[in-house]
Amino acid sequence: MHDRGHGSRLVGVAALVAAACLQAACADNPPPELPEPVVERTVIEDPPEIIASNPAPEPLAPPMPAVPALTPDEEIASRSLEELNRSLLLEPVFFVLDSAELDERGRQAVEANADMLARFPTWAVTIEGHCYERGTPEYNLALGERRAVAARRYLVELGLDAGRVRTVSYGKEFPFDPGHDETAWAANRRAHFVITEK
Amino acid sequence: MARISRRSALFTLAAPLLTAPARAGGRPAQQDEVRVRIGDSIGSQPSIAVPDCLPLTPDGATQEASRTIARVLWDDLDFEREFRLIPRDVYRTIPAARSLVDLPFDRWREIGADGVMSCTVEASGENRLDLTARLFDVRTGGSAFGVLYSGSTRNVRLLAHQLADEIHRNQRGLDGVARTRLAFVSDRDSESVFGLVENRPVKEIYIADYDGANPRRVTVTRSLNTNPAWSPDGRSIAYTSWLSGFPDVLVSYLFEGRLAKPIEGDSRRQNFLPAFSPDGRRVAFNSNRENNSDIYVANVDGTGLQRLTNHPAIDTSPTWSPNSQQIAFTSDRTGAPQIYVIGADGTGLRRLTYESYCDRPTWSPPPFNEIAYSSRTGPGHDVKVLDLATNEVRQLTFGLGSNESPAYAPNGRHIAFMSTRNESKQIYTIGRDGRGLRRVTSVGNNEMPSWSR
Repeated sequence: MHDRGHGSRLVGVAALVAAACLQAACADNPPPELPEPVVERTVIEDPPEIIASNPAPEPLAPPMPAVPALTPDEEIASRSLEELNRSLLLEPVFFVLDSAELDERGRQAVEANADMLARFPTWAVTIEGHCYERGTPEYNLALGERRAVAARRYLVELGLDAGRVRTVSYGKEFPFDPGHDETAWAANRRAHFVITEK
Repeated sequence: MARISRRSALFTLAAPLLTAPARAGGRPAQQDEVRVRIGDSIGSQPSIAVPDCLPLTPDGATQEASRTIARVLWDDLDFEREFRLIPRDVYRTIPAARSLVDLPFDRWREIGADGVMSCTVEASGENRLDLTARLFDVRTGGSAFGVLYSGSTRNVRLLAHQLADEIHRNQRGLDGVARTRLAFVSDRDSESVFGLVENRPVKEIYIADYDGANPRRVTVTRSLNTNPAWSPDGRSIAYTSWLSGFPDVLVSYLFEGRLAKPIEGDSRRQNFLPAFSPDGRRVAFNSNRENNSDIYVANVDGTGLQRLTNHPAIDTSPTWSPNSQQIAFTSDRTGAPQIYVIGADGTGLRRLTYESYCDRPTWSPPPFNEIAYSSRTGPGHDVKVLDLATNEVRQLTFGLGSNESPAYAPNGRHIAFMSTRNESKQIYTIGRDGRGLRRVTSVGNNEMPSWSR
């Protein structure tokens, strides 16, 4: 009698445990009727937040107001860098397909730019090398570099102080003509002169 | 007391699985490992169904997660093509499971499913939820695989990605890529470059999940940034940046917001196209410091600079072999750019391609031994793969737009690349066998992918 009572109490406990489990829907402890793999809880943490690497740079100071000038050179000298570069006083040099050789037209452009830089001896320039979209972006970085260097080399040969001219390649990243035809491609294979100091 | 007996009961109940009519996994099962594999034979493509998860709590976040997790899991499993994913509309009429384990197996058998996923989602506290997932063998009704995840409601896609990776490992012995990320260049925020020439769009570095979800901006430079390259530990990205007015190698540490310039370039010593060695110790890059484009190698902190190539032609776009002992690169020393390989000690130069114009070599991770590159095939470029053991070339894309800048997934089974096939520049992924093309990005222009390890 006593033994039987103890036995039924055990069954009762087991039923309670099972019921508690069902009620709580304890997923890591499935009902024992079905074979289930042993599952351990995995806590998945969110990856850390991405933090931008550096703040945006300060905007440029507003351009100085232009002062009326007497001579053309004084008028040019009075312009802001932005205005000077907008007016394309220095000519771009264009290149043929996959080439960094200066042709006759290219040499004439560099010669004209050398004259202009002689008139304004305080100016410093950066020669940008550009490529057309049909090259790959990786190789174009080096090709643009070579175009800028070719233009710079001739400028220095013509007597310009090497310290006044820097080079930078933009590959095919900043096309001047957004089109996708021969005209656009020819316009985008260039060494572009930017006045950076005056 | 109850806890102990519960555990021992589970242990006993797990034993019958050993005799379940299931196949061993891709690698030998360890002694304490019970492996039930869905499908009839090794090498076959088992059919799997992934119905919506069963929400156990009525809140909106749980309901939403139940749908999102199933859809993302479907896509993740479909991506590796180890399973044949039964289209979701095929089983729209099959009644939902009434619990995790109460499934209408006969109905699933009727539509040809070998396996069916059963998942429950339940809110489990402040912005937390539990995902319980089982993969059932439809034929036997047995559970082949099961997990319980506790995660944040903010990114339930991550739970699905982890589940996909664990299913691939457990069922197919495969390292999936569902939790990897892509870094790329984008102009999506439509800002203009800060400088003297107007109307130039900025290009900044972004990262996103491998499927394009969760895009995050990494750089804020108002400048041009190109060609990101993940570090092997996934904590930093090296790239070419014009932030200082000239191209230089920058390294962004993603979780610290820190920016490093390890190569310390200047206007006369410009540095391009960094690539971390797979052992994480060194970085190869292109530099014009000797007035010519050559490949250099330095330690990650910038010390130990070595010149690797010394030729008056352009040498650029380096990529490391998986053992960090060799570097493939682009050179135009014979005229047009072609792919070459050289030992990391500067010896053993060898030409690899003989085509009209090849660039951007990307060495595959093991177990494959191949190099993907872009090749001029007409008006544009196509992605090709050179098998280094056989010297055979496979073409993966075929003349639709231009296809450039290939980058391998860490398991070597997929390649991300940029294509102009839909006018704008977008990132796509494709299998290394040329199958399974997917578009990853859509906002703005996106290019130059790098796939995290």
